[in-house]
Amino acid sequence: MRKAKNIFENIDYVSIILYISLVVIGFFNIYASEFNDDSNEIFNLSKRHGKQILFISISFLIAFFFTIIDWKFFYSLSFLIYALSIFSLILVLFIGKISNGSLSWFDLGSFRVQPSEFAKFATSLALARYINLFSIKKFNFLKTVLCFCLVLIPLLLITIQNDTGTALIFLSFILVLYREGLTENVLIFGFSIFFLSVLCLVLDFFLLLIILFSIVCVIFYFLKKKKKNIINIMILFFFCALYSYSFKYIIKNYLPKHQSDRIMVVLGQKKDPHGIGYNVIQSKIAIGSGGLLGKGFLKGTQTRFDFVPEQSTDFIFCTIGEEWGFFGSMIFLSLYISLLLRILFLSERQRSNFSRVYGYSVACILFTHFLINIGMTIGLFPVVGIPLPFVSYGGSSLISFTILLFVFLNLDSYRLQILR
Amino acid sequence: MKDSLRKNVIALFFVTVGIIFLIKLFYIQVLNKEYRFSAKNNVLRYDILQPVRGLVFDRDSNIIVSNEPAFDIIVIPREIKAIDTTVFCRSINISKQDFIEKLNNAISYSKYRESVFEKQLNALTAANFREKLYQFPGFYLRKVTKRVYPHKNLGHLIGFMGEVNSKKIKEDNFYIKGDLLGVSGIEASYEKELRGEKGMSIRLVDVYNRTQGKFSNGEFDTLATRGKNLISTVNIELQNYGNKLLEGKLGSIVAIDPNNGEILSLISSPNFDPERLSGKNRSLNYKSLTNNIDKPMFNRALLGEYPPGSTFKVINSLICLQEKTLNPKNYYKCDGKYFFEKNRFIKCHKHNSKINLNDAIKYSCNPFFCENFENYFKKFESSEKAYINWFSHVSSFGLGDWMNNDFFSGRKGLLPKTDYFNNYYGKNNWNSSTIISMSIGQGELLITPIQLANVCAIIANRGFFYTPHIIKTVENELTIDSNFTKKKFCSINKEYFKYIINGMFNVVNSKNGTAFNSNIEEFNICGKTGTAQNPHGDDHSIYMAFAPKDNPEIAIAVFVENAGWGSKWAAPIGNNFIQKFFEMKNK
Repeated sequence: MRKAKNIFENIDYVSIILYISLVVIGFFNIYASEFNDDSNEIFNLSKRHGKQILFISISFLIAFFFTIIDWKFFYSLSFLIYALSIFSLILVLFIGKISNGSLSWFDLGSFRVQPSEFAKFATSLALARYINLFSIKKFNFLKTVLCFCLVLIPLLLITIQNDTGTALIFLSFILVLYREGLTENVLIFGFSIFFLSVLCLVLDFFLLLIILFSIVCVIFYFLKKKKKNIINIMILFFFCALYSYSFKYIIKNYLPKHQSDRIMVVLGQKKDPHGIGYNVIQSKIAIGSGGLLGKGFLKGTQTRFDFVPEQSTDFIFCTIGEEWGFFGSMIFLSLYISLLLRILFLSERQRSNFSRVYGYSVACILFTHFLINIGMTIGLFPVVGIPLPFVSYGGSSLISFTILLFVFLNLDSYRLQILR
Repeated sequence: MKDSLRKNVIALFFVTVGIIFLIKLFYIQVLNKEYRFSAKNNVLRYDILQPVRGLVFDRDSNIIVSNEPAFDIIVIPREIKAIDTTVFCRSINISKQDFIEKLNNAISYSKYRESVFEKQLNALTAANFREKLYQFPGFYLRKVTKRVYPHKNLGHLIGFMGEVNSKKIKEDNFYIKGDLLGVSGIEASYEKELRGEKGMSIRLVDVYNRTQGKFSNGEFDTLATRGKNLISTVNIELQNYGNKLLEGKLGSIVAIDPNNGEILSLISSPNFDPERLSGKNRSLNYKSLTNNIDKPMFNRALLGEYPPGSTFKVINSLICLQEKTLNPKNYYKCDGKYFFEKNRFIKCHKHNSKINLNDAIKYSCNPFFCENFENYFKKFESSEKAYINWFSHVSSFGLGDWMNNDFFSGRKGLLPKTDYFNNYYGKNNWNSSTIISMSIGQGELLITPIQLANVCAIIANRGFFYTPHIIKTVENELTIDSNFTKKKFCSINKEYFKYIINGMFNVVNSKNGTAFNSNIEEFNICGKTGTAQNPHGDDHSIYMAFAPKDNPEIAIAVFVENAGWGSKWAAPIGNNFIQKFFEMKNK
């Protein structure tokens, strides 16, 4: 009993309040996007907003349950959970069900489960547990590679399921590893590759070569006599050129058509308002038509009349943007960023590596969802079908994110007991 | 320390992304108005409510243009399912080719929006079609109004309707593609009054173009306002009578009330039924009408330009009287020929050889007017000055200029300026003899029937006129255009008209008068015949007249093409027409 009392004394209520407010905002916007003049009872289980109430109730129960469980349960079972998760990811390839083009669902009669949602949680636990085995900053090459492997295995399995969106989320673990001592060169390298990729898609290949070459010339000028550096830079230049040429080639010839088209639409290289660009244009029209103060609750015409596809799941932010305007969106984004920063803050006050790494994993996973989801609705990111945690409609996603968050809040409440 | 740096890098990254999102949101939500516009385009559909066009009555409130319901077939191609096209085509009387063509037209406009499939079915066909409508998903009937013309011969007067062209759409944002507007006659010149105000109903649609209710509960909807009714100056019975008089002839009659310039009748023959130019067979009928050798679409009363012939002698006499080169009491000699140059002469008909002005008008003596024309020119130091003065007198009768009436179309006629002769003969190289044919209304002069009717009204009024007009009152407007109510004077003093009018009285009422054969004594008709030489064929028969002599109530001009002497056809028709006018009045 003492333990339980401690938990409710130590648990972080700020996070819980932020969590509940996001879930409630999510519910009202799902209601608004489903609203029509025919039937609008809130408790209607045939409607999405009705089902969402059910999912929210289940989530709250699960949240409570995961809050009172002893932290050792997660700690000791980390690798087992991870193994089970990997097993389910493999299993789904054989007995899974295809939905929206990806083979990632178990069909359990009246409802369906997506194992990749829980793989994020399992991978976070396993990574935390693995890093916790060693003391900080004792990262050698082998251990780094093992860390990457923990992340890459589920990533590859999910890629095979043809669920690129969820696979992308696993890249967020790079941020976690960076916090734990991975050299910043990885980040710099990553960003450079990212910019180079964007540039080579936007610019003509020869123009890009000229730009790269002029950068090389500038560097030459500053390095003057160091011959060795000059050779290194020449090699780098060569690899950049090779990369940009082959990247464009791969995007054009090997990536599935709809994906390369989506990338081209975001980069403004392709306009197709009734085809591949339709989602983004309608989404931007809905958000843009909200104006400064929005059209008001239940008064959004674009989302209510189905102009925006997937408006209660992936494009839920459109309803917020249209009905609550710029001010509403600003408050919503602030709440979200506050939750993320709060989790970072809580992670930093952990005494054990396990809790901290897990906390960072939670923050980075949520952040990556946020980045891709909002980014795609406002046209800054290619359309990738992933939900906005806590807000989008969907039981699988709401429950798995609730577990993800509340396991961390549980660990946080035990922070005085967990030493290593 | 490095840890805390790394921690901050990640937090900073989160915050930066949040700020970038906010900036982008500020741009698309607050700065860029394009998205709001697109959103409206997505959900708002503006339905135009067509107003009912105004009616037209004659001066005794007989209806001459009205409306009746008709039906357009509307199609939304996306909703079409497999249908029996044979039944469809048979029920509205079109061929299979027509059906395919019309459907392809509609599809090329839009698959999701409605377009007009077939226009203006009459009520019977529409009722027949409506019974089968359930078999043809995607097709709808829409009620529209159609012009109805109870009188079949008013094409020139009323005009007809046509589809608006793209130039007009650009000029006047009232119209959209497919709208009808008046193309000629009253329909065209009073288009603004007749058309009314369009209404607008705004509704919301969803992504499948299904209606989701009214925008703002109909707060911004407006109702259509019907067009204004017009009361015309025309007497429909007289108009029909005139049409009968001209049946089988090419010509025109214009009758004006000299007391106010109201056009009592405006007849051009041959005629056409405006109904033929509305509805389904419009283009076919239009082609056959325009290809007809008698040009039934040509409004001779307004657009026909003829030499005025002897009717013009009246104006010349008035000018000579005003300039005092002609004394109405003096007698002149006529030997049947007038030599204006050696071996070149103008002939005359048989009559007493000693005549004064009164006789000259009665007999329509050519030499008399030639001589006086030359006498008038002698008063001035140069032919040019004489002509300029003459020109200003003639143009004060409304010749050589637009009438400024309320018709959509018209012609100026021709009254040449001095430049014309300077160019043709050389400066100072012409004189009254050169242009002597003008003294008897030939030569370069051209006049339209409505202009001649107005000249007649000026004489009837002894020197003034009101601009002729066809519309008496516009509904809800107390006055008509002040141009039509203002007295306008010609340059001749009132006192000189009595000589002319006496002459014109004798033309009809004196035994030797040119129009005595068609005299109807009781109405005191004053008239003047004219025979216009026509280089293309037989002479045109012309007659102008007003009655009664004192306080005249009607002034008319009659033209009958290729009919010979004015006294042969135009004068009898004119006098008969005047008789009808008074009979109707006294009934």
